[in-house]
Amino acid sequence: MAERLRQRLAQAPLYLLLALAVVVMGIPFYWVVTGALKTNQEIYTFPPVWIPREPHWENFVEAWDAAPFGRFYLNSIVTTLAGSGLELLLALTSAYALVFLRVRVAGAAFLLILAALLVPSQVTLLPNYLTVARLGWINTYQGIIVPGASVAFGTFLFRQHFRTLSREILDAAVIDGCGHLRLLWQVVVPLSQPVIVTFILISMVSKWNEFLWPLVVTNSLDMRTLPIGIAYLYSVEGVMNWGPILAGTLFVILPMLVIYLLAQRWIVSGIASGAVKG
Amino acid sequence: MVQSQRETASGWALATSTGRWRALRWPVLGDWGLFLLLAGPNLILFAAFTYWPLIYNVYLSLTSWDMIAPVKAFVGLANYRYLASDPEFRRVALNTVVFTLGTVGGTTILGLLLALLLNWPLRGRTWARGVIFAPVLLSGAAISVFWINMLNSRFGLLAELLGWFSLSSPNWLNHPIWAMVAVIMVYIWKNVGFSMVIYLAGLQAIPAELYEAARVDGAGHLETFRWVTLPQLGPVTLFLLVVSMISSFQAFDIIKVMTDGGPVNATTTLLFYIYEQGFVAFNAGRAAAASVVLFLAMLVVTVIQLRLGERRVHYG
Repeated sequence: MAERLRQRLAQAPLYLLLALAVVVMGIPFYWVVTGALKTNQEIYTFPPVWIPREPHWENFVEAWDAAPFGRFYLNSIVTTLAGSGLELLLALTSAYALVFLRVRVAGAAFLLILAALLVPSQVTLLPNYLTVARLGWINTYQGIIVPGASVAFGTFLFRQHFRTLSREILDAAVIDGCGHLRLLWQVVVPLSQPVIVTFILISMVSKWNEFLWPLVVTNSLDMRTLPIGIAYLYSVEGVMNWGPILAGTLFVILPMLVIYLLAQRWIVSGIASGAVKG
Repeated sequence: MVQSQRETASGWALATSTGRWRALRWPVLGDWGLFLLLAGPNLILFAAFTYWPLIYNVYLSLTSWDMIAPVKAFVGLANYRYLASDPEFRRVALNTVVFTLGTVGGTTILGLLLALLLNWPLRGRTWARGVIFAPVLLSGAAISVFWINMLNSRFGLLAELLGWFSLSSPNWLNHPIWAMVAVIMVYIWKNVGFSMVIYLAGLQAIPAELYEAARVDGAGHLETFRWVTLPQLGPVTLFLLVVSMISSFQAFDIIKVMTDGGPVNATTTLLFYIYEQGFVAFNAGRAAAASVVLFLAMLVVTVIQLRLGERRVHYG
Protein backbone atom coordinates (compact mmCIF):
# COMPACT_ATOMS: atom_id res chain seq x y z
CA MET A 1 0.00 0.00 0.00
CA ALA A 2 2.71 2.44 1.04
CA GLU A 3 4.76 1.28 -1.93
CA ARG A 4 1.92 2.09 -4.32
CA LEU A 5 1.38 5.45 -2.72
CA ARG A 6 5.07 6.24 -3.21
CA GLN A 7 4.81 5.25 -6.85
CA ARG A 8 1.82 7.52 -7.29
CA LEU A 9 3.66 10.41 -5.67
CA ALA A 10 6.67 9.86 -7.90
CA GLN A 11 4.34 10.14 -10.85
CA ALA A 12 2.76 13.37 -9.62
CA PRO A 13 4.87 15.67 -11.83
CA LEU A 14 3.87 13.59 -14.87
CA TYR A 15 0.20 13.96 -14.00
CA LEU A 16 0.74 17.68 -13.62
CA LEU A 17 2.22 17.82 -17.11
CA LEU A 18 -0.64 15.73 -18.46
CA ALA A 19 -3.17 18.11 -16.93
CA LEU A 20 -1.30 21.10 -18.33
CA ALA A 21 -1.24 19.60 -21.83
CA VAL A 22 -4.95 18.81 -21.75
CA VAL A 23 -5.86 22.27 -20.44
CA VAL A 24 -3.73 24.14 -22.98
CA MET A 25 -4.97 22.06 -25.91
CA GLY A 26 -8.55 21.82 -24.69
CA ILE A 27 -9.24 25.34 -23.50
CA PRO A 28 -10.11 26.71 -26.98
CA PHE A 29 -12.91 24.12 -27.14
CA TYR A 30 -14.25 25.26 -23.80
CA TRP A 31 -13.98 28.87 -24.89
CA VAL A 32 -15.81 28.48 -28.20
CA VAL A 33 -18.62 26.38 -26.72
CA THR A 34 -19.23 28.69 -23.75
CA GLY A 35 -18.74 31.75 -25.97
CA ALA A 36 -21.43 30.53 -28.32
CA LEU A 37 -23.82 30.55 -25.34
CA LYS A 38 -22.88 34.00 -24.01
CA THR A 39 -24.67 37.28 -24.56
CA ASN A 40 -22.62 39.89 -26.40
CA GLN A 41 -22.50 41.80 -23.14
CA GLU A 42 -20.78 38.84 -21.50
CA ILE A 43 -18.36 38.51 -24.42
CA TYR A 44 -17.26 42.14 -24.57
CA THR A 45 -16.17 42.49 -20.96
CA PHE A 46 -12.81 42.26 -19.33
CA PRO A 47 -11.83 40.30 -17.34
CA PRO A 48 -13.76 37.73 -19.37
CA VAL A 49 -16.73 35.76 -18.07
CA TRP A 50 -15.78 32.09 -17.62
CA ILE A 51 -19.27 30.68 -17.20
CA PRO A 52 -22.25 32.27 -19.01
CA ARG A 53 -24.98 33.15 -16.49
CA GLU A 54 -27.54 31.27 -18.57
CA PRO A 55 -27.12 29.62 -21.99
CA HIS A 56 -28.22 31.83 -24.88
CA TRP A 57 -29.24 29.38 -27.56
CA GLU A 58 -30.51 32.29 -29.69
CA ASN A 59 -26.97 32.74 -30.95
CA PHE A 60 -27.37 29.59 -33.04
CA VAL A 61 -30.65 30.83 -34.52
CA GLU A 62 -29.16 34.22 -35.24
CA ALA A 63 -26.10 32.67 -36.91
CA TRP A 64 -28.31 30.39 -39.01
CA ASP A 65 -30.28 33.41 -40.22
CA ALA A 66 -27.29 35.69 -40.75
CA ALA A 67 -25.90 33.53 -43.58
CA PRO A 68 -27.45 30.76 -45.72
CA PHE A 69 -26.13 27.97 -43.50
CA GLY A 70 -28.72 25.48 -44.75
CA ARG A 71 -27.33 25.94 -48.22
CA PHE A 72 -23.71 25.75 -46.95
CA TYR A 73 -24.54 22.44 -45.27
CA LEU A 74 -26.11 21.06 -48.42
CA ASN A 75 -23.06 22.11 -50.48
CA SER A 76 -20.60 20.67 -47.98
CA ILE A 77 -22.49 17.39 -47.69
CA VAL A 78 -22.85 16.96 -51.45
CA THR A 79 -19.23 17.78 -52.26
CA THR A 80 -17.88 15.70 -49.37
CA LEU A 81 -19.97 12.59 -50.07
CA ALA A 82 -19.61 12.73 -53.84
CA GLY A 83 -15.92 13.66 -53.64
CA SER A 84 -15.02 10.90 -51.18
CA GLY A 85 -17.27 8.37 -52.91
CA LEU A 86 -15.60 9.07 -56.23
CA GLU A 87 -12.15 8.85 -54.65
CA LEU A 88 -13.01 5.51 -53.07
CA LEU A 89 -14.35 4.09 -56.34
CA LEU A 90 -11.33 5.25 -58.33
CA ALA A 91 -8.87 4.03 -55.72
CA LEU A 92 -10.48 0.56 -55.50
CA THR A 93 -10.73 0.05 -59.25
CA SER A 94 -7.24 1.34 -60.06
CA ALA A 95 -5.65 -0.67 -57.28
CA TYR A 96 -7.45 -3.79 -58.48
CA ALA A 97 -6.31 -3.18 -62.04
CA LEU A 98 -2.70 -2.69 -60.91
CA VAL A 99 -2.60 -5.85 -58.81
CA PHE A 100 -4.78 -8.36 -60.63
CA LEU A 101 -4.67 -7.58 -64.35
CA ARG A 102 -1.95 -8.95 -66.58
CA VAL A 103 -1.18 -5.84 -68.57
CA ARG A 104 2.30 -4.67 -69.53
CA VAL A 105 1.70 -1.01 -68.79
CA ALA A 106 0.69 -1.67 -65.17
CA GLY A 107 4.15 -0.75 -63.87
CA ALA A 108 4.23 2.51 -65.79
CA ALA A 109 0.68 3.36 -64.72
CA PHE A 110 1.64 2.75 -61.10
CA LEU A 111 4.64 5.08 -61.35
CA LEU A 112 2.46 7.74 -62.97
CA ILE A 113 0.00 7.56 -60.09
CA LEU A 114 2.73 7.45 -57.44
CA ALA A 115 4.60 10.44 -58.93
CA ALA A 116 1.40 12.51 -58.67
CA LEU A 117 2.00 12.53 -54.91
CA LEU A 118 4.86 14.93 -55.66
CA VAL A 119 2.49 17.46 -57.25
CA PRO A 120 0.32 19.05 -54.57
CA SER A 121 -2.94 20.56 -55.77
CA GLN A 122 -1.87 24.05 -54.69
CA VAL A 123 0.84 24.09 -57.36
CA THR A 124 -1.71 23.51 -60.13
CA LEU A 125 -4.31 25.88 -58.66
CA LEU A 126 -4.22 28.52 -61.38
CA PRO A 127 -4.22 26.32 -64.51
CA ASN A 128 -6.91 24.09 -63.01
CA TYR A 129 -9.03 27.14 -62.29
CA LEU A 130 -8.63 28.14 -65.96
CA THR A 131 -9.64 24.64 -67.11
CA VAL A 132 -12.71 24.62 -64.87
CA ALA A 133 -13.65 28.11 -66.08
CA ARG A 134 -13.35 27.01 -69.71
CA LEU A 135 -15.58 23.99 -68.98
CA GLY A 136 -18.17 26.39 -67.58
CA TRP A 137 -17.90 24.71 -64.19
CA ILE A 138 -17.49 27.80 -62.02
CA ASN A 139 -20.14 27.73 -59.27
CA THR A 140 -20.98 24.07 -59.88
CA TYR A 141 -20.61 20.93 -57.79
CA GLN A 142 -18.63 19.19 -60.52
CA GLY A 143 -16.21 22.14 -60.52
CA ILE A 144 -15.57 21.61 -56.81
CA ILE A 145 -15.50 17.80 -56.95
CA VAL A 146 -13.94 16.51 -60.17
CA PRO A 147 -10.46 18.08 -60.26
CA GLY A 148 -9.73 16.73 -56.76
CA ALA A 149 -11.16 13.27 -57.35
CA SER A 150 -8.05 11.58 -58.75
CA VAL A 151 -6.49 9.56 -56.00
CA ALA A 152 -2.87 8.55 -55.58
CA PHE A 153 -2.65 7.89 -51.87
CA GLY A 154 -5.74 5.66 -51.76
CA THR A 155 -4.63 3.69 -54.80
CA PHE A 156 -1.29 3.09 -53.13
CA LEU A 157 -2.93 2.11 -49.83
CA PHE A 158 -5.33 -0.37 -51.46
CA ARG A 159 -2.65 -1.79 -53.74
CA GLN A 160 -0.48 -2.59 -50.71
CA HIS A 161 -3.44 -4.18 -48.99
CA PHE A 162 -4.70 -6.22 -51.96
CA ARG A 163 -1.32 -7.87 -52.26
CA THR A 164 -1.55 -9.22 -48.72
CA LEU A 165 -4.91 -10.91 -49.36
CA SER A 166 -4.94 -14.66 -48.94
CA ARG A 167 -4.13 -16.43 -52.20
CA GLU A 168 -6.21 -19.45 -51.16
CA ILE A 169 -9.42 -17.45 -50.91
CA LEU A 170 -8.82 -15.68 -54.21
CA ASP A 171 -7.93 -18.95 -55.97
CA ALA A 172 -11.02 -20.64 -54.58
CA ALA A 173 -13.21 -17.82 -55.87
CA VAL A 174 -11.64 -18.08 -59.32
CA ILE A 175 -12.15 -21.85 -59.41
CA ASP A 176 -15.78 -21.26 -58.53
CA GLY A 177 -16.03 -19.27 -61.72
CA CYS A 178 -15.73 -15.78 -60.31
CA GLY A 179 -14.93 -13.17 -62.97
CA HIS A 180 -12.86 -10.04 -62.40
CA LEU A 181 -15.70 -7.71 -61.50
CA ARG A 182 -17.32 -10.19 -59.12
CA LEU A 183 -13.92 -10.92 -57.60
CA LEU A 184 -13.47 -7.23 -56.95
CA TRP A 185 -16.90 -6.45 -55.50
CA GLN A 186 -17.72 -9.72 -53.75
CA VAL A 187 -14.34 -10.97 -52.56
CA VAL A 188 -11.66 -8.28 -52.52
CA VAL A 189 -13.83 -5.39 -51.27
CA PRO A 190 -15.40 -7.31 -48.35
CA LEU A 191 -11.94 -8.58 -47.36
CA SER A 192 -10.64 -5.00 -47.30
CA GLN A 193 -13.29 -3.41 -45.12
CA PRO A 194 -11.02 -1.98 -42.41
CA VAL A 195 -8.74 -0.24 -44.93
CA ILE A 196 -11.78 1.07 -46.80
CA VAL A 197 -13.32 2.52 -43.65
CA THR A 198 -10.07 4.20 -42.68
CA PHE A 199 -9.60 5.65 -46.13
CA ILE A 200 -13.15 6.96 -46.45
CA LEU A 201 -12.98 8.66 -43.04
CA ILE A 202 -9.70 10.40 -43.81
CA SER A 203 -10.91 11.40 -47.24
CA MET A 204 -14.16 12.82 -45.85
CA VAL A 205 -12.40 14.88 -43.20
CA SER A 206 -10.11 16.47 -45.76
CA LYS A 207 -12.96 17.19 -48.22
CA TRP A 208 -15.15 18.68 -45.50
CA ASN A 209 -12.40 21.07 -44.41
CA GLU A 210 -11.16 22.00 -47.86
CA PHE A 211 -10.90 25.75 -48.27
CA LEU A 212 -8.69 27.07 -51.07
CA TRP A 213 -10.11 25.17 -54.06
CA PRO A 214 -13.83 25.75 -53.33
CA LEU A 215 -12.93 29.37 -52.57
CA VAL A 216 -11.54 29.99 -56.06
CA VAL A 217 -14.04 27.93 -58.11
CA THR A 218 -17.15 29.42 -56.52
CA ASN A 219 -18.09 33.06 -56.14
CA SER A 220 -21.84 33.03 -55.52
CA LEU A 221 -22.85 32.76 -51.87
CA ASP A 222 -25.22 29.91 -52.77
CA MET A 223 -22.36 27.65 -53.85
CA ARG A 224 -20.04 28.25 -50.89
CA THR A 225 -19.19 25.39 -48.56
CA LEU A 226 -19.21 25.61 -44.74
CA PRO A 227 -15.56 26.59 -44.16
CA ILE A 228 -15.92 29.49 -46.59
CA GLY A 229 -19.35 30.25 -45.15
CA ILE A 230 -17.96 30.73 -41.65
CA ALA A 231 -15.22 33.02 -42.95
CA TYR A 232 -17.98 34.96 -44.74
CA LEU A 233 -20.07 35.22 -41.56
CA TYR A 234 -17.05 36.58 -39.70
CA SER A 235 -16.41 39.13 -42.44
CA VAL A 236 -19.98 40.45 -42.48
CA GLU A 237 -20.73 40.36 -38.75
CA GLY A 238 -17.26 41.73 -38.15
CA VAL A 239 -16.15 42.21 -34.60
CA MET A 240 -19.48 43.54 -33.39
CA ASN A 241 -21.46 40.35 -32.95
CA TRP A 242 -19.24 37.55 -31.62
CA GLY A 243 -21.96 35.38 -30.05
CA PRO A 244 -23.51 34.19 -33.34
CA ILE A 245 -20.10 33.98 -35.03
CA LEU A 246 -18.83 31.56 -32.37
CA ALA A 247 -22.09 29.59 -32.71
CA GLY A 248 -21.45 29.49 -36.46
CA THR A 249 -17.98 27.97 -36.02
CA LEU A 250 -19.68 25.11 -34.16
CA PHE A 251 -21.88 24.46 -37.21
CA VAL A 252 -18.67 23.74 -39.11
CA ILE A 253 -16.72 21.71 -36.57
CA LEU A 254 -19.46 19.72 -34.83
CA PRO A 255 -19.99 17.13 -37.60
CA MET A 256 -16.26 16.33 -37.60
CA LEU A 257 -16.17 16.12 -33.80
CA VAL A 258 -19.10 13.68 -33.88
CA ILE A 259 -17.39 11.51 -36.50
CA TYR A 260 -14.24 11.66 -34.40
CA LEU A 261 -16.05 10.50 -31.27
CA LEU A 262 -17.66 7.62 -33.15
CA ALA A 263 -14.65 6.49 -35.13
CA GLN A 264 -11.62 7.77 -33.24
CA ARG A 265 -9.68 4.53 -33.41
CA TRP A 266 -10.11 4.12 -37.16
CA ILE A 267 -9.05 7.66 -37.89
CA VAL A 268 -6.03 7.74 -35.61
CA SER A 269 -4.70 4.35 -36.68
CA GLY A 270 -5.20 5.30 -40.31
CA ILE A 271 -3.31 8.53 -39.88
CA ALA A 272 -0.59 6.81 -37.90
CA SER A 273 -0.10 4.37 -40.76
CA GLY A 274 1.01 7.28 -42.88
CA ALA A 275 -2.36 8.29 -44.17
CA VAL A 276 -1.94 11.88 -45.27
CA LYS A 277 -3.32 13.48 -48.33
CA GLY A 278 -2.38 17.02 -49.35
CA MET B 1 11.86 4.13 -57.21
CA VAL B 2 13.95 1.00 -57.62
CA GLN B 3 12.14 -0.40 -54.64
CA SER B 4 8.72 0.25 -56.10
CA GLN B 5 9.64 -1.27 -59.44
CA ARG B 6 10.65 -4.43 -57.70
CA GLU B 7 7.38 -4.43 -55.83
CA THR B 8 5.50 -4.07 -59.08
CA ALA B 9 7.35 -7.03 -60.51
CA SER B 10 6.32 -9.25 -57.62
CA GLY B 11 2.74 -8.03 -57.84
CA TRP B 12 2.92 -9.18 -61.43
CA ALA B 13 4.01 -12.59 -60.27
CA LEU B 14 1.02 -12.84 -57.96
CA ALA B 15 -1.35 -12.46 -60.86
CA THR B 16 0.46 -14.72 -63.30
CA SER B 17 2.09 -17.49 -61.28
CA THR B 18 -0.99 -19.65 -61.11
CA GLY B 19 -2.21 -21.11 -64.35
CA ARG B 20 -5.76 -20.70 -63.12
CA TRP B 21 -5.47 -16.95 -63.21
CA ARG B 22 -4.99 -17.23 -66.94
CA ALA B 23 -8.53 -18.53 -67.13
CA LEU B 24 -9.60 -15.31 -65.46
CA ARG B 25 -9.83 -13.30 -68.63
CA TRP B 26 -12.47 -10.73 -69.08
CA PRO B 27 -14.52 -11.94 -72.03
CA VAL B 28 -15.86 -8.62 -73.34
CA LEU B 29 -12.82 -6.40 -73.84
CA GLY B 30 -9.90 -8.58 -72.78
CA ASP B 31 -7.53 -7.67 -69.95
CA TRP B 32 -6.47 -4.53 -71.73
CA GLY B 33 -9.99 -3.26 -72.04
CA LEU B 34 -10.74 -4.02 -68.42
CA PHE B 35 -7.53 -2.32 -67.29
CA LEU B 36 -8.52 0.83 -69.16
CA LEU B 37 -12.01 0.66 -67.73
CA LEU B 38 -10.81 0.28 -64.15
CA ALA B 39 -7.65 2.39 -64.01
CA GLY B 40 -8.43 4.67 -66.94
CA PRO B 41 -10.65 7.25 -65.20
CA ASN B 42 -8.08 7.83 -62.48
CA LEU B 43 -5.27 8.14 -65.03
CA ILE B 44 -7.30 10.52 -67.18
CA LEU B 45 -8.02 12.73 -64.17
CA PHE B 46 -4.33 12.77 -63.30
CA ALA B 47 -3.47 13.70 -66.86
CA ALA B 48 -6.08 16.47 -66.97
CA PHE B 49 -5.75 17.94 -63.48
CA THR B 50 -2.19 17.12 -62.35
CA TYR B 51 0.26 16.63 -65.21
CA TRP B 52 -1.21 18.86 -67.89
CA PRO B 53 -1.61 21.86 -65.53
CA LEU B 54 1.94 21.32 -64.31
CA ILE B 55 3.18 21.83 -67.86
CA TYR B 56 0.68 24.55 -68.70
CA ASN B 57 1.76 26.37 -65.55
CA VAL B 58 5.34 26.55 -66.84
CA TYR B 59 4.05 28.02 -70.12
CA LEU B 60 1.90 30.57 -68.25
CA SER B 61 4.92 31.59 -66.18
CA LEU B 62 6.61 32.73 -69.41
CA THR B 63 3.75 35.04 -70.33
CA SER B 64 2.19 38.25 -69.15
CA TRP B 65 -1.57 37.85 -68.94
CA ASP B 66 -4.44 39.41 -66.99
CA MET B 67 -6.65 36.28 -67.32
CA ILE B 68 -9.10 38.18 -69.54
CA ALA B 69 -7.25 39.37 -72.65
CA PRO B 70 -7.53 36.96 -75.61
CA VAL B 71 -3.75 36.99 -76.15
CA LYS B 72 -1.05 35.95 -73.72
CA ALA B 73 2.09 37.99 -74.36
CA PHE B 74 5.23 35.85 -74.31
CA VAL B 75 7.80 37.51 -72.06
CA GLY B 76 10.42 34.80 -71.56
CA LEU B 77 11.90 34.74 -68.07
CA ALA B 78 10.71 38.24 -67.17
CA ASN B 79 8.39 36.99 -64.41
CA TYR B 80 11.20 35.04 -62.76
CA ARG B 81 13.53 38.03 -63.04
CA TYR B 82 10.84 40.15 -61.47
CA LEU B 83 10.43 37.75 -58.54
CA ALA B 84 14.20 37.55 -58.05
CA SER B 85 14.56 41.31 -57.76
CA ASP B 86 11.26 42.29 -56.10
CA PRO B 87 11.70 43.26 -52.42
CA GLU B 88 8.07 42.25 -51.73
CA PHE B 89 8.76 38.73 -53.00
CA ARG B 90 11.93 38.58 -50.92
CA ARG B 91 9.74 39.34 -47.94
CA VAL B 92 7.38 36.55 -49.00
CA ALA B 93 10.29 34.10 -49.22
CA LEU B 94 11.49 35.15 -45.76
CA ASN B 95 7.96 34.79 -44.34
CA THR B 96 7.70 31.31 -45.84
CA VAL B 97 11.00 30.25 -44.26
CA VAL B 98 10.00 31.67 -40.87
CA PHE B 99 6.54 30.10 -41.00
CA THR B 100 7.93 26.73 -42.09
CA LEU B 101 10.68 26.64 -39.46
CA GLY B 102 8.27 27.79 -36.75
CA THR B 103 5.51 25.35 -37.55
CA VAL B 104 7.67 22.33 -38.40
CA GLY B 105 9.96 22.92 -35.41
CA GLY B 106 7.03 23.55 -33.07
CA THR B 107 4.90 20.59 -34.10
CA THR B 108 7.85 18.19 -34.18
CA ILE B 109 9.37 19.12 -30.82
CA LEU B 110 6.07 19.50 -28.97
CA GLY B 111 4.72 16.38 -30.70
CA LEU B 112 7.71 14.39 -29.44
CA LEU B 113 7.39 15.72 -25.89
CA LEU B 114 3.66 14.97 -25.79
CA ALA B 115 4.23 11.49 -27.18
CA LEU B 116 6.92 10.75 -24.57
CA LEU B 117 4.60 11.94 -21.82
CA LEU B 118 1.54 10.07 -23.07
CA ASN B 119 3.46 6.87 -23.78
CA TRP B 120 3.90 6.60 -20.01
CA PRO B 121 1.21 4.41 -18.39
CA LEU B 122 -0.74 7.29 -16.86
CA ARG B 123 -4.43 7.22 -16.06
CA GLY B 124 -6.51 9.19 -18.51
CA ARG B 125 -3.82 9.24 -21.17
CA THR B 126 -6.17 7.86 -23.86
CA TRP B 127 -8.53 10.68 -23.13
CA ALA B 128 -5.70 13.22 -23.21
CA ARG B 129 -4.49 11.90 -26.57
CA GLY B 130 -8.04 12.26 -27.86
CA VAL B 131 -8.24 15.93 -26.87
CA ILE B 132 -4.80 16.75 -28.28
CA PHE B 133 -5.52 15.06 -31.61
CA ALA B 134 -9.02 16.54 -32.11
CA PRO B 135 -7.95 19.87 -33.72
CA VAL B 136 -6.26 17.94 -36.57
CA LEU B 137 -9.71 17.06 -37.91
CA LEU B 138 -11.21 20.53 -37.74
CA SER B 139 -11.63 23.15 -40.42
CA GLY B 140 -8.71 25.60 -40.37
CA ALA B 141 -11.12 28.39 -41.28
CA ALA B 142 -13.46 27.67 -38.36
CA ILE B 143 -10.70 27.36 -35.75
CA SER B 144 -9.12 30.57 -37.06
CA VAL B 145 -12.37 32.42 -36.44
CA PHE B 146 -12.57 31.40 -32.79
CA TRP B 147 -8.85 31.99 -32.30
CA ILE B 148 -9.34 35.56 -33.54
CA ASN B 149 -11.82 35.95 -30.69
CA MET B 150 -9.41 34.44 -28.15
CA LEU B 151 -6.55 36.64 -29.34
CA ASN B 152 -8.48 39.88 -29.00
CA SER B 153 -6.31 42.21 -26.96
CA ARG B 154 -9.25 43.91 -25.20
CA PHE B 155 -11.56 41.05 -24.16
CA GLY B 156 -9.86 37.87 -25.39
CA LEU B 157 -8.93 34.80 -23.36
CA LEU B 158 -5.20 35.20 -24.04
CA ALA B 159 -5.24 38.75 -22.72
CA GLU B 160 -6.69 37.35 -19.50
CA LEU B 161 -4.16 34.52 -19.27
CA LEU B 162 -1.25 36.88 -19.93
CA GLY B 163 -2.71 39.16 -17.28
CA TRP B 164 -2.28 36.39 -14.69
CA PHE B 165 1.45 36.77 -15.27
CA SER B 166 1.19 40.58 -15.28
CA LEU B 167 1.86 40.68 -19.01
CA SER B 168 -0.13 42.90 -21.31
CA SER B 169 -1.49 41.40 -24.51
CA PRO B 170 0.11 42.46 -27.76
CA ASN B 171 -2.21 43.64 -30.49
CA TRP B 172 -1.70 40.21 -32.07
CA LEU B 173 -3.07 40.44 -35.59
CA ASN B 174 -2.21 44.08 -36.27
CA HIS B 175 1.47 43.84 -35.44
CA PRO B 176 3.81 42.46 -38.14
CA ILE B 177 5.80 40.19 -35.82
CA TRP B 178 3.02 39.15 -33.41
CA ALA B 179 0.76 38.34 -36.36
CA MET B 180 3.33 35.83 -37.61
CA VAL B 181 3.69 34.44 -34.08
CA ALA B 182 -0.10 34.11 -33.87
CA VAL B 183 -0.57 32.20 -37.14
CA ILE B 184 2.34 29.88 -36.25
CA MET B 185 0.86 29.30 -32.80
CA VAL B 186 -2.61 28.48 -34.15
CA TYR B 187 -1.08 26.22 -36.80
CA ILE B 188 0.86 24.35 -34.10
CA TRP B 189 -2.26 24.03 -31.94
CA LYS B 190 -4.11 22.52 -34.88
CA ASN B 191 -1.39 20.13 -36.06
CA VAL B 192 0.68 19.06 -33.05
CA GLY B 193 -1.67 16.11 -32.47
CA PHE B 194 -0.64 14.65 -35.80
CA SER B 195 3.07 14.64 -34.88
CA MET B 196 2.21 13.21 -31.48
CA VAL B 197 0.28 10.31 -32.99
CA ILE B 198 3.10 9.51 -35.41
CA TYR B 199 5.66 9.63 -32.59
CA LEU B 200 3.47 7.42 -30.38
CA ALA B 201 3.36 4.84 -33.17
CA GLY B 202 7.15 5.17 -33.48
CA LEU B 203 7.68 4.72 -29.74
CA GLN B 204 5.47 1.66 -29.64
CA ALA B 205 7.42 0.10 -32.49
CA ILE B 206 10.71 0.14 -30.57
CA PRO B 207 11.50 -3.48 -29.63
CA ALA B 208 11.24 -4.13 -25.88
CA GLU B 209 14.51 -6.13 -26.02
CA LEU B 210 16.44 -2.93 -26.58
CA TYR B 211 15.14 -1.45 -23.35
CA GLU B 212 15.77 -4.75 -21.60
CA ALA B 213 19.37 -4.78 -22.85
CA ALA B 214 19.85 -1.17 -21.74
CA ARG B 215 18.51 -2.04 -18.30
CA VAL B 216 20.82 -5.04 -18.01
CA ASP B 217 23.75 -2.79 -18.95
CA GLY B 218 22.75 -0.52 -16.09
CA ALA B 219 21.69 2.47 -18.20
CA GLY B 220 19.65 5.16 -16.43
CA HIS B 221 16.52 6.88 -17.79
CA LEU B 222 18.42 9.63 -19.57
CA GLU B 223 21.03 7.30 -21.04
CA THR B 224 18.33 4.96 -22.29
CA PHE B 225 16.57 7.89 -23.88
CA ARG B 226 19.76 9.18 -25.51
CA TRP B 227 21.06 5.84 -26.79
CA VAL B 228 17.92 3.78 -27.39
CA THR B 229 14.79 5.89 -27.81
CA LEU B 230 16.19 8.83 -29.75
CA PRO B 231 18.13 6.88 -32.40
CA GLN B 232 15.22 4.49 -32.85
CA LEU B 233 12.96 7.45 -33.61
CA GLY B 234 15.26 8.60 -36.44
CA PRO B 235 13.22 7.27 -39.37
CA VAL B 236 9.93 8.49 -37.89
CA THR B 237 11.40 11.95 -37.38
CA LEU B 238 12.59 12.07 -40.95
CA PHE B 239 9.16 11.07 -42.22
CA LEU B 240 7.54 13.70 -40.02
CA LEU B 241 9.90 16.43 -41.17
CA VAL B 242 9.12 15.75 -44.83
CA VAL B 243 5.36 15.53 -44.30
CA SER B 244 5.16 18.53 -41.96
CA MET B 245 7.29 20.71 -44.20
CA ILE B 246 5.14 19.90 -47.20
CA SER B 247 1.89 20.54 -45.37
CA SER B 248 3.31 23.76 -43.96
CA PHE B 249 3.95 24.97 -47.53
CA GLN B 250 0.27 24.22 -48.20
CA ALA B 251 -1.05 26.26 -45.28
CA PHE B 252 -3.67 28.68 -46.49
CA ASP B 253 -6.97 28.85 -44.59
CA ILE B 254 -5.46 29.96 -41.26
CA ILE B 255 -3.55 32.78 -42.93
CA LYS B 256 -6.44 33.83 -45.15
CA VAL B 257 -8.93 34.04 -42.30
CA MET B 258 -6.71 35.34 -39.48
CA THR B 259 -4.57 37.95 -41.20
CA ASP B 260 -5.35 37.92 -44.94
CA GLY B 261 -1.58 37.95 -45.41
CA GLY B 262 -1.16 41.16 -43.45
CA PRO B 263 -0.52 43.44 -41.80
CA VAL B 264 1.29 44.77 -44.88
CA ASN B 265 2.36 41.34 -46.19
CA ALA B 266 3.85 40.34 -42.83
CA THR B 267 2.21 36.89 -43.02
CA THR B 268 2.09 36.46 -46.80
CA THR B 269 3.68 33.10 -47.53
CA LEU B 270 4.46 31.68 -50.96
CA LEU B 271 1.08 29.99 -51.43
CA PHE B 272 -0.77 33.06 -50.23
CA TYR B 273 1.24 35.16 -52.70
CA ILE B 274 0.21 32.83 -55.53
CA TYR B 275 -3.43 33.23 -54.52
CA GLU B 276 -3.14 37.02 -54.35
CA GLN B 277 -1.30 37.38 -57.64
CA GLY B 278 -3.65 34.99 -59.43
CA PHE B 279 -7.06 35.66 -57.93
CA VAL B 280 -6.85 39.18 -56.54
CA ALA B 281 -4.37 40.98 -58.82
CA PHE B 282 -5.16 38.79 -61.90
CA ASN B 283 -1.51 38.55 -62.75
CA ALA B 284 -1.42 35.02 -64.18
CA GLY B 285 2.22 35.07 -65.30
CA ARG B 286 3.55 36.08 -61.91
CA ALA B 287 1.28 33.64 -60.06
CA ALA B 288 2.41 30.83 -62.37
CA ALA B 289 6.09 31.68 -61.87
CA ALA B 290 5.58 31.66 -58.10
CA SER B 291 3.80 28.29 -58.44
CA VAL B 292 6.83 26.86 -60.23
CA VAL B 293 9.02 28.15 -57.39
CA LEU B 294 6.71 26.51 -54.83
CA PHE B 295 6.71 23.23 -56.74
CA LEU B 296 10.51 23.18 -56.97
CA ALA B 297 10.87 24.07 -53.29
CA MET B 298 8.65 21.15 -52.29
CA LEU B 299 10.36 18.79 -54.71
CA VAL B 300 13.81 19.73 -53.40
CA VAL B 301 12.71 19.20 -49.79
CA THR B 302 11.32 15.78 -50.61
CA VAL B 303 14.33 14.65 -52.63
CA ILE B 304 16.93 15.91 -50.13
CA GLN B 305 15.18 14.29 -47.22
CA LEU B 306 14.64 11.01 -49.06
CA ARG B 307 18.37 10.99 -49.89
CA LEU B 308 19.26 11.64 -46.26
CA GLY B 309 16.87 8.87 -45.32
CA GLU B 310 18.72 6.39 -47.52
CA ARG B 311 22.05 7.12 -45.92
CA ARG B 312 21.25 7.40 -42.25
CA VAL B 313 18.08 5.53 -41.72
CA HIS B 314 18.63 4.57 -38.13
CA TYR B 315 21.47 5.89 -36.11
CA GLY B 316 20.91 9.61 -36.67
